[in-house]
Amino acid sequence: MGSIGQRKKRVDAYGKVTGEAKYTADLEPVNILHAKVVHSTIANGLVKSMDIDEAAKVPGVVKIVTCFDVPENYFPTAGHPWSVEPPHQDICDRLLLARRVHYYGDDIAAVIAEDEVAAARAARLIKVEYEEYEPIVTVPAALSEGATPLHPEVRKDNVIVHSHMTMGPKGFTYEDGLREAEEKYGRENIIVFEGDYNTPRISHCHIELPVSWAYVDTNGKVTVITSTQIPHIVRKSVAVALGLPMGKVRVIKPYIGGGFGNKQDVLYEPLNAYLSMQVGGRPVRLEISREETIVSTRTRHAIRGECKAVMTKDGTMLARELTAWANNGAYASHGHAICANCGTVFKDLYRDRLGTEVDCWTVYTSSPTAGAMRGYGIPQSAFITECLTDDLAELCGMDPCDFRIKNCMEDQFVDPGNGITFHSYGLIDSIKKGREFIGWDKKRALYKNQTGSVRRGIGMAIFCYKTGVHPISLETASARMVLNPDGSAQIFMGATEIGQGADTVFTQIAADVTGIAYDRLFIESTQDTDTSPFDTGAYASRQTYVSGMALKKCGKQLKERILGYAAYMLNTADTDIAKTEHAEKIREAKERIAKLCGLKEGDEIRPEMLELSESIICLILPKEKKGDAAGDRTDTTGKADAEGQEAAVDRTSGIGQADGATQTDTAGKADAAGQEAATVGAVGIDVNDVDYEVCGSENIDSQGLVKLFDSAIVAETAFYSLDRSEHITAEVTNQCKKNTFSSGCCFAEVEVDMKLGLVKILNMVDVHDSGRLINPAISEGQVHGGMSQSIGYALSEELLVDEKTGRVLNDNLLDFKIPTAMDTPDMDALFVELEDPTGPFGNKALGEPPAVPGAPALRNAVLNATGVHMDEIPMTSQKLIAKFKEAGLI
Amino acid sequence: MLEIISMRVNGKDVELAIDPRESLLDTLRRRLGLTSVKKGCEVGECGACTVLVEGEAIDSCIYLTVWAKGKSILTVEGLKSPTGELSPIQQAFIDEAAVQCGFCIPGIIMSAVEIVGAGRRYERDELRKLLSGHLCRCTGYEKIIDAVEKAVEAKLASQRAG
Amino acid sequence: MFDIESIYEAKSVGDAVRALNERPDAELISGGTDVLIRLRAGKGAGRPLVSIHELSEIKGVELQENGDIRIGAGTTFVKITNSPVIQQYIPMLGEAVDTVGGPQIRSMGTIGGNICNGATSADSASTMFTLEAEIVLEGPEGERVVPISEFYIGPGQTVRQHAEVCKYFLIRRDSIDGWHGRYIKYGKRKAMEIATLGCAVRVKLSSDKKLIEDVRLAYGVAAPTPVRCHKAEAILRGRRTDDEMAVEEFVKAALTEVNPRSSWRASKEFRLQLIAELARRALADAVRLAGGKAADEIACWRSGSLAESDMADDTSCKATADSASCDSMADKEVCAKTGSASTDANRRSRTGEEEGGGRDA
Repeated sequence: MGSIGQRKKRVDAYGKVTGEAKYTADLEPVNILHAKVVHSTIANGLVKSMDIDEAAKVPGVVKIVTCFDVPENYFPTAGHPWSVEPPHQDICDRLLLARRVHYYGDDIAAVIAEDEVAAARAARLIKVEYEEYEPIVTVPAALSEGATPLHPEVRKDNVIVHSHMTMGPKGFTYEDGLREAEEKYGRENIIVFEGDYNTPRISHCHIELPVSWAYVDTNGKVTVITSTQIPHIVRKSVAVALGLPMGKVRVIKPYIGGGFGNKQDVLYEPLNAYLSMQVGGRPVRLEISREETIVSTRTRHAIRGECKAVMTKDGTMLARELTAWANNGAYASHGHAICANCGTVFKDLYRDRLGTEVDCWTVYTSSPTAGAMRGYGIPQSAFITECLTDDLAELCGMDPCDFRIKNCMEDQFVDPGNGITFHSYGLIDSIKKGREFIGWDKKRALYKNQTGSVRRGIGMAIFCYKTGVHPISLETASARMVLNPDGSAQIFMGATEIGQGADTVFTQIAADVTGIAYDRLFIESTQDTDTSPFDTGAYASRQTYVSGMALKKCGKQLKERILGYAAYMLNTADTDIAKTEHAEKIREAKERIAKLCGLKEGDEIRPEMLELSESIICLILPKEKKGDAAGDRTDTTGKADAEGQEAAVDRTSGIGQADGATQTDTAGKADAAGQEAATVGAVGIDVNDVDYEVCGSENIDSQGLVKLFDSAIVAETAFYSLDRSEHITAEVTNQCKKNTFSSGCCFAEVEVDMKLGLVKILNMVDVHDSGRLINPAISEGQVHGGMSQSIGYALSEELLVDEKTGRVLNDNLLDFKIPTAMDTPDMDALFVELEDPTGPFGNKALGEPPAVPGAPALRNAVLNATGVHMDEIPMTSQKLIAKFKEAGLI
Repeated sequence: MLEIISMRVNGKDVELAIDPRESLLDTLRRRLGLTSVKKGCEVGECGACTVLVEGEAIDSCIYLTVWAKGKSILTVEGLKSPTGELSPIQQAFIDEAAVQCGFCIPGIIMSAVEIVGAGRRYERDELRKLLSGHLCRCTGYEKIIDAVEKAVEAKLASQRAG
Repeated sequence: MFDIESIYEAKSVGDAVRALNERPDAELISGGTDVLIRLRAGKGAGRPLVSIHELSEIKGVELQENGDIRIGAGTTFVKITNSPVIQQYIPMLGEAVDTVGGPQIRSMGTIGGNICNGATSADSASTMFTLEAEIVLEGPEGERVVPISEFYIGPGQTVRQHAEVCKYFLIRRDSIDGWHGRYIKYGKRKAMEIATLGCAVRVKLSSDKKLIEDVRLAYGVAAPTPVRCHKAEAILRGRRTDDEMAVEEFVKAALTEVNPRSSWRASKEFRLQLIAELARRALADAVRLAGGKAADEIACWRSGSLAESDMADDTSCKATADSASCDSMADKEVCAKTGSASTDANRRSRTGEEEGGGRDA
């Protein structure tokens, strides 16, 4: 108990600081074969033929597979749960190797060899004959008249999806809004503005490469060990790509060295599995180099946002329009989900009094594929939305904080499109907290009227972020707990630890819910689709919310079973238990209970009278010695059992909010009763009333629990009892049908050396409204990391694709500039901790949000410093200098 | 093709057969099973493969094993005490919550060993420079610098005491 | 594993020369930080390597009796930076090579490799130009000395012959005594970076510190090879250290001596801006280091509410590529923030201190 909210040390830290934590490549067997992918050297066209004769002669080459060999099974790669509704299924536009080349670097063949030198030599010797088409690298090129459709098998043109969304009256258009604004407020009282904002394509740059290795096991299972965020989804795609039944595929996910969404996609696992099958099931490793990772896995979408807005002169937003163009690259991957997400936040974040119109376009081009990346379209959305917002604030002469407070989304906001609700609202408090922390008002005043070529400025940006994917997609997660004979337990999750601290947070949750001591809980970090419970994986800032709820329910079940067995032991102290080595302890405990509760001979000790705390079986002191409370509880539990698992677990909860800590629709009904019942036993005790002679003061804890005996006694007896052997386990599936908004803001203070185009960050603080924090130390770490990513996004990161050839120019970590320690200032992470009624512990999304508001905050700080509108990130020195020259500042 | 070389790895003399084409990264991982030495780029840009050669932090991915002949190599596997206790540096990384995905951590800890070994105090910006050969995408370096700072202070305190 | 035929560890410079001479396809390898990366990319794969990595005879920095400094070609960057001789006599070189890559690379890469690669971006090169370094090569025909000004012949190309080994660099006493200098590396990041532009300036002032007696200006990445700007230097010789006009003439002349190109890494216009601005700042720094008064407007932030005069005579405000340095600015309250970060492990108290109230720290 009491683990929630503590700065617990990470459960995986020891393994990671000693180098003993095993990642995918650390588990390879010694005599593994090495595979290398051969990539196309054209961006758009057909492989006409391939000459592998010379390559095959290289000593050590075992097998060469080309695009002419692979099965014609088109498969999807998105890390989405499979949809049973055909219109919502992910697009199947990929083969294991491509004859139809879709980008410069497409996978066209693979070499398997005894060592990597032989594989690389052979790969260089393969001769390819192409039929080459014009590369279509940009969105305008892909949409131009007569542009070649890149995927005629699934789309007649290059538009993957176009979606149209509105807020306000049905069928609202921005033109309507503009007309109405003019009529209602008068042309002289409104301000009309148009602005275009551009975000770059970037690379995730997890430090561990997306390495995998595969073999066919003795039972015929095609087994892939891989660095993925989504083992269960990988399993499905491998099965589809290889034409195998799901049960024949096994995916194992060990520790992973970062993913950030790139590994929320099926990458080379299907090819790796296929390659192993081509060499009789021998283990084959497929290590994707850094250069290949940057070019041939996934990227963040470059999105162009064309905005229009009308507001009153006193800063009331009336109507806005966004047309967002997302360059999705060669394959659909996550399809339209990301650009649609971008558009959704644009419309949700502010209250246009007349209405909002959004059009989102996701477009195929012959360039590297864009997929999921931390923030999933919202970093782009925040940049577009928050540049526009600052530009509007400037036009009406309002302070940017005040302008936002006046116009931003409000408490209990409900997205009319999907019903997602802002249940716990900390947005305004976040703005206030950040504003005060950074000294906003003083600095805005100080930085007015600057001269000279070095100037300072301060800027900010806000955001909102949903928690998980319901109702857009399925939210489901399972958890399993298994008790050991010593009273410790294993936790098995389908949810994945990817560095964010999930395993630690889950352990804290399990400790809190079960009452088993934190250090007696062991979480299995490896997910193995053959043995782990099902979960869709690490993405959408969902796991603590969705999988955490599964574990909360599971932990409650496990505890009930432990307490049930403890009650059995107490009630059979003179019979079954009398013969056992623990007889004396149990009999003593029973006597104590009888005295404290006034039980008579023959009265039963019910499980509801007991509690598990820090691995000690305790008695809940009744308020009245009669034990009415416990009686109430029995009744409600009985009812709940009939209603189903969701209700049952929450009924016995002492933690959840009255509004329901459960996320299912059925739960609400049982909540009120459950909440009450749960608290009756423990609360309201006057410890002075307790008969100390009976229990001893050292045996009563602060919650009024009377310690009885270690749960190890229960566990051991349960396993080995000759009368009633019981293996105590629990497994629960949680389907989450709720969602809630997180929010927050970033404030940044910069110094701009205009003559050199340098932006130095003097201060940067994020404030997050993410509900209750399970572990503040881990939360801060998440925020720092996201902020650092947003610094790179704002200032230096941009994947450059040559428009003529489609070739990526900067496919390495020297030329693709993620921040080093010297480029990252000290950062502050603050929180507004409100209890969210839908989260299992009042928590909501935190994983991705830190990567969201930094870039626009920095852009707005540069605006404040120099008056120059940088409408395109990254704000490289070259772009800044060009702008400063244009503005006559240097 | 194989060549027999000897070197001192984590305080122990080893003699082993290597392919002269191997990087020290290859040898430590594949022949000695020292998998704390991580591969992130193979070109000296990420620092995940950092080990100490004769006390100096280097990128083992672009260091040929033949150059390590007769030299002393230290990896994270060599930091624990003989009885299995963590080094104060490792403990600082745990205590300061500096670890996330953990992939860059063994390399950063090895640079920290060199830094802490200098036995002097550094300002945070100096530490940033000393750690700038390591890329970390998870932490924003904030808590990593906290951890190294703490380890430096612990070392100075123990020097004063001793 | 690297795709090489073999690796031969040379026993001496002479042995390396012999080995290279025997195998025209062999490649010389020193620190390995460039050669191995090229090999991995498949460039020159399958060739034999001749290694001088372990040759102690070409490592180390030495002050010779005549006051010249000899730097072994196999000396790593970190050994140069930490050399007491370098720190005392040519700190500028130690600072320049301390901007290469990151710490690990600086413990591996050698100055010989940096120069002999022929890259215009080499961080040591422009400084070596301003030091008028002499390069001592040994080949099958014996030893020869090449002034650095004659060493580069094109991008990636030098006069070093296939079988020649660079043994050491000589810096003459008359390029050391009385000279002070500054190298500014301009990169898109502050570490792990190849210079977008590098600018090296050395000055020698008159005894009263009022006149620039002599000056040397060299750039990296301002042309296909590192380049020295003699015309610009000539303009500044004999002028007052704080003569703004002279500085502008100097910069203008430098712009006529460079030939930067546009690439996806940086446009020509951008590089020209850097060429001009870095010359001003490196010169001002060099003059200040020499004890003189510089002409430049100090590249430091000042609040709009402060009078211009408050900033005037602020010589300790170093104008380096890192515009952070504003340790002596008038507005102490704000400036304290960007000054040295406290080593106090407690971040809260650090931010609290800086703000001087106002934050709920």
